[in-house]
Amino acid sequence: MLGLTITQWLFGILSLMAIMFALMVVFTRSPVNSVLYLVLTFFCIAGHYLLLNAQFLAVVHIVVYAGAIMVLFLFIIMLMNLNTETEQQKHIIARIISGVIGGLLLFVMVGALKGAEQINIVQSGASQIGLVKNLGNVLFHEFLFPFEVASILLLAALVGAIMIGKREPASPTPPKEGLL
Amino acid sequence: MTAFIIYKAIMCGGVFLLCLAAAAYATLWERKFAAFLQDRKGPSRAGWGGILQPVADGVKMFMKEEIIPNVSNRSLFILGPSLFMITAVITSSVVPWAKPVMIDGQVYDMQITDINIGVIYLLGVASIGVYGIMIGGWSSNNKFALLGAVRASSQMISYEIPMGIALIALIISSGGSLSLKEIVEGQDAGFANIVWQPLGFLIFFICALAETNRAPFDLPECETELVGGYHTEYSSMKLGLFLFAEYINMFISSAVMATLYFGGYNFPFAHELYEKLGLADGSVWISIIGFGALMTKIFGFICLFMWIRWTLPRFRYDQLMNLGWKSLLPLSLLNLAITVVVEYFRGNIKF
Amino acid sequence: MQLTNRKKEVSFKEQSFAERIYLPAILKGMVITASHLFKKSPTINYPDVKRPIAPVYRGQHVLKRDDAGAERCTSCGMCAVACPAEAITMTSGERKKGEEHLYREEKYAATYEINMLRCIFCGLCEEACPKEAIFLTDRLVDTEFERNDFVYGKDKLVEKMNERIDVTKRQTSAVLEFKKTLGLKHNELFDAQKLNKGKHH
Repeated sequence: MLGLTITQWLFGILSLMAIMFALMVVFTRSPVNSVLYLVLTFFCIAGHYLLLNAQFLAVVHIVVYAGAIMVLFLFIIMLMNLNTETEQQKHIIARIISGVIGGLLLFVMVGALKGAEQINIVQSGASQIGLVKNLGNVLFHEFLFPFEVASILLLAALVGAIMIGKREPASPTPPKEGLL
Repeated sequence: MTAFIIYKAIMCGGVFLLCLAAAAYATLWERKFAAFLQDRKGPSRAGWGGILQPVADGVKMFMKEEIIPNVSNRSLFILGPSLFMITAVITSSVVPWAKPVMIDGQVYDMQITDINIGVIYLLGVASIGVYGIMIGGWSSNNKFALLGAVRASSQMISYEIPMGIALIALIISSGGSLSLKEIVEGQDAGFANIVWQPLGFLIFFICALAETNRAPFDLPECETELVGGYHTEYSSMKLGLFLFAEYINMFISSAVMATLYFGGYNFPFAHELYEKLGLADGSVWISIIGFGALMTKIFGFICLFMWIRWTLPRFRYDQLMNLGWKSLLPLSLLNLAITVVVEYFRGNIKF
Repeated sequence: MQLTNRKKEVSFKEQSFAERIYLPAILKGMVITASHLFKKSPTINYPDVKRPIAPVYRGQHVLKRDDAGAERCTSCGMCAVACPAEAITMTSGERKKGEEHLYREEKYAATYEINMLRCIFCGLCEEACPKEAIFLTDRLVDTEFERNDFVYGKDKLVEKMNERIDVTKRQTSAVLEFKKTLGLKHNELFDAQKLNKGKHH
């Protein structure tokens, strides 16, 4: 079939799906649908990890992004009850600014990808780097310091979140509000 | 290649049917067991001793009128129960059901697939499982359903964390492999993991109760407060899928607990028994006996689930969150610390 | 006043460690439920197995025929007078020539209705009947969908000759004896036999 292997076919299909879903994230009006498309995009990306023989990364990607972060997103959107009807129109300046920022991001990414030519592209399926054992070895030998620093960063964020979320001590005399 | 595909197809179909049958009869057993605990008889009309009751229930569910609320989000409303069912079933793909069978010199694993990250796969699927409930609850456009969905998701996220940490402790003490097959094989000779992980098992069990939304953690669907919780608006087989998936979840989580902590298809003095019977490695009979042992353990766990359900009252929501975050999480961290110390002296960890 | 000895003093003591982890209490509860696994279920499989009905049970009425097949009721109205719930109504008819095999007496009940929703199944009609015509049986009144269907006419009340209803259980010797003593007021008889002590004045 067009001289492509199964892996290449899978890669093509997954990439097309990922791009399609990513576009749907932007183009759907309803925020909930948008989040759900984003989850689908994550699944496509997890599929790409699998093609690279990085099963650990694939599953962790799903656990962390689809299973935790996106659930929280969905949670908040559902609680805020955002609908297409209640969506407020953004001011024209906000639109221009977001356009500029998006353009800058694209510019940076193009620049980054231009430099990527020198990097050895990992042959799909052949690499063993994504397996848990190798990943653990790399993380705890070569990248031990950044790994631990990242954990401290997360801890700091956690403590910060608790500090922000903590209630102020109740005022000694609560304001009177009538009978009810 | 064809042989491989046929073998995998048989495995998938077999495990799928096993899940459905086990869940169907779990519904009957639940009613029977509840009846026994309450000095009643339970369903006894359909077939001998009520043996055809699940079939009758299924037919009833299919025959019921299907109502999709006007104000609901139609596509998501249909997606919700399907997703919940899918996530319930796909967990079964990493559970090793029996010892590998040797046919014509070819070894066939009695497991759909042995991925080297099986344990994390379980966590991943469990974390996706909440989407079915959330989508179903939200798309119903009903306040009770939404509240149920919100409760379900926050409950599942909260209890995933101690569950994951309990699993880490288990992996450390069982030799560091994430593959369920290797974890089971590690318990082939010697003790089951429960011996080294009693506290970890307790934590995992409580979390499994919470993840499967079984009593006393069935707040997402508690009738007294939320009508029907996330499936308030559902009717006919869509409701059936939600209810049925709960039993599949229960079956699979029992299977996972039996596999991780109780040696899966192994049982005490298995080798002596096989030697006495004169069975060689790879014999079909060994697999069948092992499968029977696993199913017995699963049955025990299912009974335990039900026993707890018909004994304990439901938690209040703040109690649920306190238990998850203030008790189980520190306890699981403590368990992890103890495990590391113990395993250092057992010689499984080297610095 | 102490009604039971099950009262329990509420204490606000700080919970001990065993109480705070709840597990012992949970296990205790589970042992209690498990003990019920081995108890015999008191359920009776109703349509297959039926509880014995007491011989004095008062259920749906029957209007008896005599052995020749003639209706015993003579439409005297004693039952309707005795009925505390006013559930019984009837109209009388005169027996024509050639109807002797149908009605025992010259006067008979052309219609006879008992409203089963009003009836309290006290059995006073049975006691009042001088002709041994009405009896309460151990049959249960069926459920219906319409209120009107609970007004039972002669079609439902009069027994069929091919399926006669046994009322010998209701015709105890005491009852038969009672029926023979004509002209006696009920209350006096009750007092004389010291029945229903302290209930009637």
